[in-house]
Amino acid sequence: MIFSINVQSPPYSTQASYTAYRFCKAVLAQGHQVHRIFFYQDGIYCATRLAAPPQDELNLYDKWQNLAKENEIELVVCIAAALRRGILNLEESIRYQKDAHNLAEGFTLGGLGQLIEAAVNSDRMVTFGN
Amino acid sequence: MSTLHTVNKSSFTHSTLKSCISVCANNDGILLLEDGVFSALQSAPDAEALITLNEKGVVIYASQDDIKARGLEHKIASHIQLTNYEGFVSLTLYHKCIQSWY
Amino acid sequence: MQKKILLISRHAPYGSSTAKEALDAALAAAVYEQSLSLLFMDDGVFQLLKDQQAQQINQKNFSSILAALPFYDIENIYIHQESLKKRIIENKDLLIEHAAILTNEQISTLLNDQDHILSF
Repeated sequence: MIFSINVQSPPYSTQASYTAYRFCKAVLAQGHQVHRIFFYQDGIYCATRLAAPPQDELNLYDKWQNLAKENEIELVVCIAAALRRGILNLEESIRYQKDAHNLAEGFTLGGLGQLIEAAVNSDRMVTFGN
Repeated sequence: MSTLHTVNKSSFTHSTLKSCISVCANNDGILLLEDGVFSALQSAPDAEALITLNEKGVVIYASQDDIKARGLEHKIASHIQLTNYEGFVSLTLYHKCIQSWY
Repeated sequence: MQKKILLISRHAPYGSSTAKEALDAALAAAVYEQSLSLLFMDDGVFQLLKDQQAQQINQKNFSSILAALPFYDIENIYIHQESLKKRIIENKDLLIEHAAILTNEQISTLLNDQDHILSF
């Protein structure tokens, strides 16, 4: 079965993005496929490469990146939600003349259409809200 | 076809579970997650409504890890079934659609 | 293959961005020529009130987009009857005229008739 995941919750303030991560791990462990993880609303904060949680705490940012790398999963961050909240890749930082960019490796910026496309091409779509 | 409802808010503070219950079909399932597991307590608001739904055939699940994390293991109502993430995935396969109440 | 997708919008406008971002997702879906329906329930029904003046709090008035929804490629717009009743919102208060107002049982049936639900 093909799954896609819609993460709408931030990485630290609420538990839901961690739940989404555990769910994805379990999906893969059962031999299913994760087509795309779409980060929307405050979920886009999962894609910052500037978070520095204490060493003895969960680093969910690394976990998402490793999950994507090991399983070749697309991590798509809604570009409209990200720009509004200050998550930019190099290209956008140049376009908006910002002095830095902070989108972590493994994540790509994409349009909302990719959320819909994910639903169309998946057997299951699961939302993790704030 | 049926729907899996996930609820991640405590019914002591939010009406999220109440809304879920109001549109839950008899062959649907409910999974209590995160702070939603506080609704698994016998003393929780809507506990009666959950029992009624359960008698109609709706299975009420709660995330084992979230229950244990909050020290609720010995306080939950008897009709609640504990599940892990593997079980969560199975529930999404058994039910076709997933509505996340948050 | 066309899929039946239901977007459920349950949050009030302006106080959080959820309602606005749900609507943005609905408009994006319309472009994809999927069978998309929209359901407003709980505080989400407050989005449908007439006379919104979002400029008072420096926000974009998205009630104009909502009023235009029937002209987008959105198949059906549904409103949860009980949510309206609880908030004493009547038909004349709504900026959408052609939405179907559904009972709890009708919503149960609606949910189970979809391929996917997008929850907001």
